Amino acid sequence: MDIFTNFAEFITKYYSYYINGTLTTLQISFFGVIFGSLVGVLLCLLRMSNNKIISSISTAYIEIVRGTPLILQVYVVYYGLPMVLPLPDSRLFLGTLAVLLNSAAYVAEIIRAGIQSIDVGQMEAARSLGMTKGMSMRYIIIPQAFKNILPALGNEFIVLVKESAIISVIAIPDLMYNADTLRGITYKPFMPLIIAGVIYFAITFTLSKVLGMLERRLAASDKGSES
Amino acid sequence: MIKVVNLSKKFGKLHVLKGINEEIKKGEVVVVIGPSGSGKSTFLRCLNLLEEPTSGEIIFDGVSITDKKNDINKQREKMGMVFQQFNLFPHLTVLENITIAPIKVKKMKKEEAEKIAMNLLKRIGLEDKANTYPNKLSGGQKQRIAIVRALAMSPEVMLFDEPTSALDPEMVGEVLEVMKDLAKDGMTMVVVTHEMGFAKEVGDRVLFMDGGNIVEQGTPKELFTNPQHPRTQDFLRKILV
Repeated sequence: MDIFTNFAEFITKYYSYYINGTLTTLQISFFGVIFGSLVGVLLCLLRMSNNKIISSISTAYIEIVRGTPLILQVYVVYYGLPMVLPLPDSRLFLGTLAVLLNSAAYVAEIIRAGIQSIDVGQMEAARSLGMTKGMSMRYIIIPQAFKNILPALGNEFIVLVKESAIISVIAIPDLMYNADTLRGITYKPFMPLIIAGVIYFAITFTLSKVLGMLERRLAASDKGSES
Repeated sequence: MIKVVNLSKKFGKLHVLKGINEEIKKGEVVVVIGPSGSGKSTFLRCLNLLEEPTSGEIIFDGVSITDKKNDINKQREKMGMVFQQFNLFPHLTVLENITIAPIKVKKMKKEEAEKIAMNLLKRIGLEDKANTYPNKLSGGQKQRIAIVRALAMSPEVMLFDEPTSALDPEMVGEVLEVMKDLAKDGMTMVVVTHEMGFAKEVGDRVLFMDGGNIVEQGTPKELFTNPQHPRTQDFLRKILV
């Protein structure tokens, strides 16, 4: 069959584009998820702070990130930030920074919603037993909130893997960028892109299954779901 | 033991407590009654600062807890509280519910805390539920465990915020029994409740609140058989029929 010989020929010739692109995409996603979550937790803490100024700065940041296109944010971080901050002149770094700064806003909101879904009576009961606010959070609120947060957080990670494709606009050779390059080289509209699509799907599907397993394990160890 | 001086609380424009003066003595069982919206729960919640008073002072064991310089967490260790909605921790077993505060707050050893917890559970006849999660318990069981959870911190005073209001009628008795036992043991208690039978039987003093004030107070006998204030008379007529 012609299509298979075409495919085999295509892959043997260009496979390195896909391998390098996938590695780049995985690298951006990995750092995006890790640092995006850390910054997200920080943003969430700031937003829930009793200090009005700190809390409104965090709220403003979250609203702006959620209310503007990611592609615009990527351009702002890539072209704009190095002019005002001493950032390393690295595409990959700036691209990852843009993605993680975006993800952090969503993570912050997911965590806040999870924490606020816990009945205020839980905090009151903990405080009435002499626990400090921090202890109450750590031993009573967070363990309960975590279970509510996990599915939404997993979803956000999957979105991040897919959305990281946007940084191809600043010519970072990720999976998307390389697939598009191959489309240009070969004049073939389908094959280069569909192969990239299959790889993206394989990554997100695996991630989704792993997170699903984690959720089920958590549900199994937690027999108490209501008070 | 607890002295309340000119306690006032506003929620926005709503003036819930209008300058309350009261003193609760050691070993006393004080029952607070009154129509809903009278401020009785708010009064109770101010005693351990779950609600922050707008003005006034609360002195517990000679320490002003409304003074920000004093660590409220230290004072709260000595004040147990029982809620209408139980507020057990659903992610912890019954035993963990009871031991978490002694272990984390008082830095008690786990074995010691568990021993105390098991003794308390035995007292209420629920030692077989130690490793159960709260969602497997009935309302009455939950509330008895909530009482024990507070007792595990060896408080000097117990605050009860309508402890039987969320219970099915047939479970009210078992919770009141535990509270009566406590009173008999000499525990200082402040109880907000609609259980007039409990007030009559166990209360040393009954406070009738209405419109953010303590309108009238006295021994259960005085207050229930010979109320002086028209609003007290009106309230008692409605509920005792």
